[in-house]
Amino acid sequence: MEILLGGILLGGTYALIAMGLQLQYGVARIMNLANGEVLVAGSFGALWLFTGAQINPILAIVLLAPAAYILNYFIYLIFLRPLVRRAKSEGQLEVDSILSTFGISFIFIGLLHAIFGGEYFNYEYLEIPFEIFGQAYGVNRIIAFVGAAILAALLYIWLTHTRSGLRLRAVSVTPSSARLVGIDVERTSAMAFALGGAVTAAGGSLISMFDTFDASIGVVFTMKALIIVILGGVKEIRGTIVAAFILGFAETAVATLIDPGLTLAAAFLLFILVLLFRPQGLFGRQSS
Amino acid sequence: MTRTEIRNFLITIVLFALAALIPLSDSGFWLSMGITIATYMVLSTSWALFSGPTHYISLATGAFYGIGMFTVGVGIELLPYWVLVVVAAVIGAVVAALVGLATLRLSGVYFVIFTLGLAELIRQIVTWVQTTMGSSSGLYVLTNITEPIIFWELLILGIIVYFIGWWINRSRLGFALRIIGNDEVVAVHSGINTAAAKIILFVVSGTVATIVGALLAPRLSYIESSIAFSPMLSFIVVITALLGGAQRLWGPIVGVIPFMLVWDFLTATFPNQTTLMLGICFLLVVYAIPNGFAGLIEKYSHRLRGRT
Repeated sequence: MEILLGGILLGGTYALIAMGLQLQYGVARIMNLANGEVLVAGSFGALWLFTGAQINPILAIVLLAPAAYILNYFIYLIFLRPLVRRAKSEGQLEVDSILSTFGISFIFIGLLHAIFGGEYFNYEYLEIPFEIFGQAYGVNRIIAFVGAAILAALLYIWLTHTRSGLRLRAVSVTPSSARLVGIDVERTSAMAFALGGAVTAAGGSLISMFDTFDASIGVVFTMKALIIVILGGVKEIRGTIVAAFILGFAETAVATLIDPGLTLAAAFLLFILVLLFRPQGLFGRQSS
Repeated sequence: MTRTEIRNFLITIVLFALAALIPLSDSGFWLSMGITIATYMVLSTSWALFSGPTHYISLATGAFYGIGMFTVGVGIELLPYWVLVVVAAVIGAVVAALVGLATLRLSGVYFVIFTLGLAELIRQIVTWVQTTMGSSSGLYVLTNITEPIIFWELLILGIIVYFIGWWINRSRLGFALRIIGNDEVVAVHSGINTAAAKIILFVVSGTVATIVGALLAPRLSYIESSIAFSPMLSFIVVITALLGGAQRLWGPIVGVIPFMLVWDFLTATFPNQTTLMLGICFLLVVYAIPNGFAGLIEKYSHRLRGRT
């Protein structure tokens, strides 16, 4: 029971950040390895607003998400669009974008390190225990979960029920045909990339409520988000959500039953199993 | 062998012979710099053997290097050092084969992510085993192997790597890899077992990195998992190899020497900004010199020949 609830609480936030990456990889076709750093930047933003201006992390999202949107929009315009235009094949774009976003992620880490220093950070916000089935959970964790669930639901509804969401999905399926029906693929890609960044930063703000973080922890979140995306299937939003909960359970189970130091090993085990038995992901369709 | 090949062969021998003289001068700085450069020369060249033709970016170098170091650290009380180097090489080859089997049949992204986490994964497991076994987190490697010997060992390994690279380039395997790198679909259709070719190369490259780790263990004398499995190493290998040009066998060395000299100066001057600088290096390699120094050199030498 403890594992089940812990897994759900963790999985909710994972779902949100994986959806951010999904938008960037599925639609804009950029394997963004700086994703975790954007998340950590969101955490630092929330910390800064909370300690400096007493703004609570939920409200902080209202400020942080647009900021992250603008930042990621310019990252895409300046660094990634030249690569998209230069690439002769999808493979080359993949290699270039991986190297380039690695560079961007290191610059993020370096800047955060220079501004905030190398220590671990956390702040106390609503650390009131709340009992569910005889087991205490911090209210902050529950709020983070609810926040993530609401954002993820909004994103899902927007993607599936609006015209602009449809445009994104069209580009995701085949960029060349999307152009035929009058969709500006470059603009939509930039928008998807920026939106993915905004969602990720919002996730960072939520995570900062209950977790400690430091300038260089982003890569852990990048890995988890990637594993979730691959586990669920690229371009499958529903798969992503299911996979996020699977990872949440697996990590909580390993942390409570064996050792908290082995959470990454748990994530990797899942990853290997998927690669060996279902490389297209749980919900992905078999490609030709 | 053709005439150019004989010429290149002689140049290589002369350069290696000159490099081998470095420990005879008694400057401690150049010897330790030489070891660093030799280490990265071997690592980057073997990295480029696999990643150059296939375009798969491997970030597993740090993991293999760490495996090599740890094998020596764990076994030094039980077995003679030379046996351990061989044991380490075998372990590295097996791990590389397993990783390759799991990931190399799929697209490049999966491979990058997997190798990115591999060092951290092994580190977590090692730490966990150490704490549950109740042993201390560090290991002592006390031998009478001095720095000049390590340097010469690395040079010999470098020669072996160059020889392997030259031989692969000439063989059917090298030809197959170039086709895979150009277009994997074409390669599959011409009957090349693409997965096998990639795995073989990955095993070669991983084994070399493991041996390097094993050779360098006596230099550190105290090994800790956070030092042995440093992710920084993998990234620097990628940068130096791409900076030099991964398409040519001699490319990485052209990248390693200037990079390590500049890097040494920069990290000494701005010790807190290394990550930031690493990021800038990555962006430079991608945007300013996509084909590396080797690409630039070839472009200009062609132009010069065209004029005369």
